Amino acid sequence: MLPRVIPVRELILSIAILALLVLISARFAGFAAPSNLLNVFNDTAPLIILALGQMVVILTRCIDLSVAANLALTGMVVAMINVAMPGLPIPVILTIAILLGAIMGAINGLLVWKLAIPPIVVTLGTMTVFRGIIFLISDGKWVNAHEMSDAFTGFPRTTVLGLPMLSWVAILAVVIFGIMMARTSLGRAIFAVGGNPHAAVYAGINVGKTQFLAFVLSGALAGLTGYLWVARYAVAYVDIAGGFELEVVAACVIGGISIAGGIGSVGGAVLGAIFLGVVKNALPVINISPFWQLAISGSAILIAVAFNARAGKTKGRIILKSAEGST
Amino acid sequence: MTETATQTRHIPDRLNSRAHSVFRSWEALLLAVAVAIFIVNSFTSPYFLNAWNLSDATFNFTEKAMIAFAMAMLIIAGEIDLSVASIIALASTAMGLAVQYGAGTTELVAIGLIVGIMCGAFNAFFVTVLGLPSIVVTIGTMSLFRGISFIILGDGAFRGYPSDFAWFGQGYVFWVITVEMVIFVILAAIYGVLLHKTNFGRAVYAIGNNPTGALFSGIRVQRVKFILFLLTGLMSGLAAICLTSRLGSTRPSIATGMELEVVTMVVLGGVNILGGSGSIPGVVIAAFVMGLVTFGLGLLNVPGIVMSIFIGLLLIGVIALPRMWSIINARRHKP
Amino acid sequence: MTESVTPVVSMDAITKTFPGVKALDSVQLDLYAGQVTALVGENGAGKSTTVKILTGIYQPDEGTIRIDGDPIRFANANAAGDAGITAIHQETVLFDELSVAENIFLGHAPRNTFGLIDSRAMHEAASKLLESIGAMFSSRTKLRDLGIANKHLVAIARALSVDARVVIMDEPTAALSHKEISELYELIETLKTQGKAILFISHKFDEIFRIADHYVVFRDGAFVDKGLIADISQDALVEMMVGRTVDHIFPEREATVASDVLKVINYGHPTEFADISFTLKAGEILGFYGLVGAGRSEFMQSLFGITRPSSGVCEINGKTCNIRSPADAIANGIVYVPEDRGKQGAIIGLPIFQNITLPSLGQTSKSGFLRLVEEFKLAREYSERLDLRAASLDQDVGNLSGGNQQKVVIAKWLATRPQVIILDEPTKGVDIGSKAAVHDFMAELAAQGLSIIMVSSEIPEIIGMSDRVIVMRDGRIEVELSDKKLSPETLVRHAAGITTTPQMAEV
Repeated sequence: MLPRVIPVRELILSIAILALLVLISARFAGFAAPSNLLNVFNDTAPLIILALGQMVVILTRCIDLSVAANLALTGMVVAMINVAMPGLPIPVILTIAILLGAIMGAINGLLVWKLAIPPIVVTLGTMTVFRGIIFLISDGKWVNAHEMSDAFTGFPRTTVLGLPMLSWVAILAVVIFGIMMARTSLGRAIFAVGGNPHAAVYAGINVGKTQFLAFVLSGALAGLTGYLWVARYAVAYVDIAGGFELEVVAACVIGGISIAGGIGSVGGAVLGAIFLGVVKNALPVINISPFWQLAISGSAILIAVAFNARAGKTKGRIILKSAEGST
Repeated sequence: MTETATQTRHIPDRLNSRAHSVFRSWEALLLAVAVAIFIVNSFTSPYFLNAWNLSDATFNFTEKAMIAFAMAMLIIAGEIDLSVASIIALASTAMGLAVQYGAGTTELVAIGLIVGIMCGAFNAFFVTVLGLPSIVVTIGTMSLFRGISFIILGDGAFRGYPSDFAWFGQGYVFWVITVEMVIFVILAAIYGVLLHKTNFGRAVYAIGNNPTGALFSGIRVQRVKFILFLLTGLMSGLAAICLTSRLGSTRPSIATGMELEVVTMVVLGGVNILGGSGSIPGVVIAAFVMGLVTFGLGLLNVPGIVMSIFIGLLLIGVIALPRMWSIINARRHKP
Repeated sequence: MTESVTPVVSMDAITKTFPGVKALDSVQLDLYAGQVTALVGENGAGKSTTVKILTGIYQPDEGTIRIDGDPIRFANANAAGDAGITAIHQETVLFDELSVAENIFLGHAPRNTFGLIDSRAMHEAASKLLESIGAMFSSRTKLRDLGIANKHLVAIARALSVDARVVIMDEPTAALSHKEISELYELIETLKTQGKAILFISHKFDEIFRIADHYVVFRDGAFVDKGLIADISQDALVEMMVGRTVDHIFPEREATVASDVLKVINYGHPTEFADISFTLKAGEILGFYGLVGAGRSEFMQSLFGITRPSSGVCEINGKTCNIRSPADAIANGIVYVPEDRGKQGAIIGLPIFQNITLPSLGQTSKSGFLRLVEEFKLAREYSERLDLRAASLDQDVGNLSGGNQQKVVIAKWLATRPQVIILDEPTKGVDIGSKAAVHDFMAELAAQGLSIIMVSSEIPEIIGMSDRVIVMRDGRIEVELSDKKLSPETLVRHAAGITTTPQMAEV
């Protein structure tokens, strides 16, 4: 077994992304230019933010399929608020988005915690309910760019130190989650609950409550992304980010987060998201139809999960002494 | 445990009569719900109690139910297949492609079924041979299968299916009885027997309750699971034939989100999402319940997306309500 | 028995009821600083419920827990931890993906001024703790890279890290080798000198008499007696525990003179075992002895087709059979009663009769279709033969007691009419009263011509029941013993490989 000092999965994934960049650069030299890479990162920022939340949920042995619907509903609500009250400052909008998202996450979390309903059932259900509510509140109509205030749509694009706010929000989220996972008791509890829920109880950790908090975190990030998404594309309607939850799960799986819980890292989730982001942005550049994207991310999930399972399978019991094992 | 053995003690086969346990089952409750919805619907809309309208309404659930039968067995065995709607897309695309090369109805049916089985085998390979969790594998193939459809079709569509191909999705066997309805009934019988009356069905239950114990009891666990994925793929292929025939065209977005409705139908039918229990009669009744609800709301001009709220609430509600009830009961009985 | 000192912890008139069962009925238990109290009782006596109440996992329905004489209530595991009570559990309950230091300090890590976990302080403290108990690995190692014995040390370090006043050890030696056990004894001595009160739960009487100062006996959830170990004999303690005298007489058995049924030649596996060859006669009981991790269960599961051997031949009645799955093994007349009953044996959720007929559906069904009448007939025949206690045959097997579940598993296998039955630790976790019944039944089966392989780690059982014994060590057959050569000393010596330096392979 390799020494675990270097996180092997993250290393391999980084190498894969670099290799991908080299390959793309061979066809189109401009792709790897720093300015373009920053664009790619900015474009991937929503996926990175959502992947962080999904990672936390998956680590606790759950899954959140409602993130995209949460995103769309929050996006619609803040867009409608903006239309109704154009003067509302952005920090208030951000707070509302995060809170609203967190409440939706809390609904998922409560159903999982208090009623012990399997997470996949809960979030499949809330996914359709959230989408349906968007239709109910918007009456199926779009909120378009000209109805939104300039401040509302301008925030994600505001450039600070050469980077748009959207990118900065993603970086901030990564830093906060990095610290939370490594250095807070909630972070440790999340790993413990997923790694060995039975033992977590004995260590004084409330398994259901930890899962609940994971859903709240995931929901809060989905709400945050909801505003950023709607503001960035300057449009809100029922179907925005449709099916995006699968891309988020894909980013996590590619990033080496075990669907069985307890195994994974912030770095993995971020790299998984960036991998998908690079692929997505590279397709048009190297003249491949964007219709390939779905099949590619599907294949990437399969390859990643097969690869991760293989890496984890070296666990067999070795009884025979190696010296004698040469028979 | 510490008593000493005396003479042989007689153990009865059953404590409660079968009728007793049937009466108190989930299926009985569901049937009552179905009847109630039927009655409510017939009062709220004058168009409800019309043989042709009711016949039309069956299309709401027949295709989904075909897949739900196989999915129910798969879920009882502790696995899941989220790629079924994407298998429909791929199978339909393959049929549409074949039409461009002049394939007739027989060839189309064969292609639809074979693509379905192959997709099932693909899932099965990852789950049973490589030992990967089915939920991740089928989230992956969900993207992959539909992704292939998108690669082939882009934003285009296949049309021009032969006129006799329409029989599957638009034909009637006699009077108001549709071809799909007949397929549904036959499949319900076949799956009912397969799950409840055969050794294979017993193995499915054993695996769902305790896969390791089943393996240690001599059940060929991986083989059974492999077959279940093949069946789910086959049923998705069959549903693709019916749906394509009914719509008369193929787009890569065909049947989007149908996996959710299939899983909802299975769970509503009383199948434990964690595996181990459930029944085909339950799924049959759940199919009718969902069909009646959709039809009834449709008559009241409720848009599709709002119906989906109802489906989502139904999915959570059927599991949540009994649990909330038992929690409340437990509180009340505490001193 | 009159103690002048106040106990660190005392449980007084504690009652705990679960639906249908009174797990604890007004029990009392006192733990004293710097002393080891052994809690003795059969399975179901209420020992694990007691542990769970002391650690705050369960809350008692009635009665008082006192710390230093003051009443206290534990709302959850954290509250018990704050009161200085910590437990080292049967299975080392820790987290594979976290580092050793994180495992030790989960829930109470040192914080820096920002309220974040102070990683450096945590590792320093962890290293100090590990050093104090003689652990040789780094605090940064991931737990999954450690073997069982070392994981145990982590659990102990965790117990010490909270500055516990009370340490509960629930069957701490179950998974340890002899060498590791003696190291554990030293550690317990250290804890005693540090003034910790220790609750020691074990099924092994030699351990209790070696390490404990006090004893407390529970039976069927009720308190029976307490006192000083020095004042009581082993026999008296056993008698109190089971409530009657238990004569440990193994059933008389005739030596077999019969043909070979099973012949195993040169079975091998890349990492688990090698060069396994032996024969088994009709009506014979062949014991397999060895330390935990000697490869016995691994070999048996390979013989049963769970894992495939890399080499070797297996013959039944002279015919070579290719066993690639349990289904093949059953078809060839080899069946296996696993050690892990809950997971590998009974299928909880299925009714009793379906559990029993599961491997025999071939005989009860007709061309793949079930015949319930035949199933009930077969299930009834074997459950009555095993004197199963159940309300009905369509009852969920999960509602049965552990002993009756074991009967269902055995009935399941006998219904296949096997030629060879492999019993892996058949009496592990079975209370003394039921052990004799299991042994009698094994003798009866052997007398009827069934060949039995018995894997056991209990020396009296191995010697009392087996015609011959094969001792395994490090995945190989060390020696085959029978008749006069079969003594506790020779077994232990060969199992530990005492001709060379005794060292356990770190897994």
